[in-house]
Amino acid sequence: MTAITDMPDVPRAARRPQIGNPVLRWLRTNLFSSIPNGILTVVLLAVLAKGVISFVLWGIANAVWITPANDSSACKAVRGLGACWAIIPEKYRFILFGTYPFDEQWRPALSVVLFIALFYLSTRRALWRRELAYLWIGALALISALMWGGVFGLSFVSQDRWGGLPVTLILATFGLAFGFPLGILVALGRRSKLPAIRSLSVLYVELIRGVPLVSLLFMASVMFPLFMPSGFNIDKLLRAQIAIILFAGAYLAEVIRGGLQAVPRGQYEAADALGLSYWRKHRLVVLPQAIRHVIPPLVNTFIAFFKDTSLVLIIGIFDLLTTAKTAIIDPAWQQFSVEVYIFVAAIYFAFCFAMSRYSRSLEATGGR
Amino acid sequence: MTSDAPRPPPRRSFFGALGPNELKGLFWQVLVVGIAVAVIVFLWSNTVTNLSARRITTGFAFLGREAGMPIADSLLAYNPRDSYLWAFVVGVANTLRVAVIGIVLATILGTLIGISRLSANWLLSRLAAVYVEVLRDIPLLLQLLFWYVLMQALPAARAAWRPVEGIFLSNRGLILPAIPVGSPQLWVLGTAVLGCAAFYIIQQRLVAQQMRDGKPRRAWPLAVGLIVVLPAAVSVLLGVSWKIEWPELRGFNFVGGLTLAPEYFALLIALVTYTSAFIAEIVRSGIQSVPRGQWDAASALGLRRSFMLRQIILPQALRVIVPPMTSQYLNLTKNSSLAVAIGYQDVVSIANTTLNQTGQAIEAIALIMAVFLTISLGISFFMNWYNARIALAER
Repeated sequence: MTAITDMPDVPRAARRPQIGNPVLRWLRTNLFSSIPNGILTVVLLAVLAKGVISFVLWGIANAVWITPANDSSACKAVRGLGACWAIIPEKYRFILFGTYPFDEQWRPALSVVLFIALFYLSTRRALWRRELAYLWIGALALISALMWGGVFGLSFVSQDRWGGLPVTLILATFGLAFGFPLGILVALGRRSKLPAIRSLSVLYVELIRGVPLVSLLFMASVMFPLFMPSGFNIDKLLRAQIAIILFAGAYLAEVIRGGLQAVPRGQYEAADALGLSYWRKHRLVVLPQAIRHVIPPLVNTFIAFFKDTSLVLIIGIFDLLTTAKTAIIDPAWQQFSVEVYIFVAAIYFAFCFAMSRYSRSLEATGGR
Repeated sequence: MTSDAPRPPPRRSFFGALGPNELKGLFWQVLVVGIAVAVIVFLWSNTVTNLSARRITTGFAFLGREAGMPIADSLLAYNPRDSYLWAFVVGVANTLRVAVIGIVLATILGTLIGISRLSANWLLSRLAAVYVEVLRDIPLLLQLLFWYVLMQALPAARAAWRPVEGIFLSNRGLILPAIPVGSPQLWVLGTAVLGCAAFYIIQQRLVAQQMRDGKPRRAWPLAVGLIVVLPAAVSVLLGVSWKIEWPELRGFNFVGGLTLAPEYFALLIALVTYTSAFIAEIVRSGIQSVPRGQWDAASALGLRRSFMLRQIILPQALRVIVPPMTSQYLNLTKNSSLAVAIGYQDVVSIANTTLNQTGQAIEAIALIMAVFLTISLGISFFMNWYNARIALAER
């Protein structure tokens, strides 16, 4: 294997005299450091070139970018040779906002903007204070008002008609907002000295983490009506939201527990010595330190269940992936699902990539 | 918190030996357990009422009834007249089939990509980084649907692609040449497994002896004897045939060979590529966690590169790699339940059909949970055993 010929943290250049053209030197160090390495580079370049050329031919050169409304004949003509990007302008309103009333779609659009602003503000270290919690409560209330309407002269839109990107963001963000306090309680319960509370917490975490999210969602969609008194029914979206909150709570609890374990015992003892009660000890001394320790894994957990919200497709809730899948049921456009999936993948990627970049920058600076 | 006044002596509590803290603890436990029990009783009584209103009897008696559901692609023999219990077993086998093969392939691919990310070759390490970043940041379900659409867009059986002679890729799935395995072949394979086990035990002894007297012993002739010659002898004695069965196109479909249905193949590709991106990161950080001094010390001793990797670097890296790897294996197994989205009949999909047909929701979900908890525990046990084996032996 030529792969581990060198650890990347010690550049080879350091051992060589710095002479000659810097470009050639770079090429030599990084691409042609030995004969097998040079062969590898050439082979990789050939494969890469082939891939890039065929993608450019399919995705750009032969692609159809625009067609008259609801007419896919131009796309069908180049099928197999070029992409049909024209399906995106044709369907993007449905993919992004589902069946939300067409004239009111500025409301979900504004909600998406609010969500992004909320995420952005949450990443600012200067704002990591108690006020951030109020900001979250305020923003989520505002988003609910926008989506539902019925206030401020907005017409009421039932959640059956919500769809697309806002639903994905709602499921993930509300999952975090409610799952986080739940996770803290369960993590504290798991470290509690009281045996009954500890075993209940362990049972909850292990049961939820032991089964796939799909089966939790099935449970929410099929069994929930069985659990409730007859005549009492909750909307499907809310049921899925509850399942996601319970799911998120279990995973977040494990992350927070890691943070609690990282707080030195002296901190607990000092708080006890001050005579603080259990709750004040944790609220004022332990949790602020514990959570600071685990912010990068918390972001990673959030990325994971941001992606996992797409599983609600299986129980028929209109999130971003479901609207995409529904958009291509239209017989005229049926054959162009790859283009739609690439479009939706790009949206998911943008969100997750931004978050994972942020998590990595936190890791680099040690969360401080 | 003024503490000028002397603290009053602890009050005698009603419960005698229990101090105020214990009482508080008892109170909280009783409260929380009480709430939990109340919620469960509430849900349970609702469920019983609802079920009796729908004339569904609880219990696992339905497992003996005829399932009547078709299962297209299964490892075990099945027909719709079999019982629900057998349908479940077939589902579990299907889940294990995709999970086990997926874990093996994802480990291999992930390790290769993780090592590539550390390569001195800039192009290779960049490509590996892009692979990891792209696959990690797109939901698995989306990737699965994408692969499935690509599978369906493949040419029909008649115009199947033939990347290599004997291998066909069409909208019927991937068709590979196969060796039919019956009981005579199993005897030979069993001998080989036994040979491996025997060799493992003998090698442990040889290593222990070497530790005592410092003399290296050659183990490979024994390995060849036990793992190759012995099964070969059994094969010749029993006259087992190892004829490869080549798939052939007859009419509209293929005959012979091993068929991987498009659903299975798409699920396998999606699980393997997605999980390998995570495994690559684990392997990379594991190798990077080995201090630079270990590499330097090993080369100062004049060890060969392969020996150095195998005996110095890998054992130390594995200690960091194995625990997170366990959770990736568990994730892959749980993620295999996404099969339901493309119609591969794993245990979740079959439980879901059962649930729709019989209304036995609680039992079906309980079975899913039981299956996954068992698989998870199995993987955890194995990985913990392996982890304990490779753990650093400290004096």
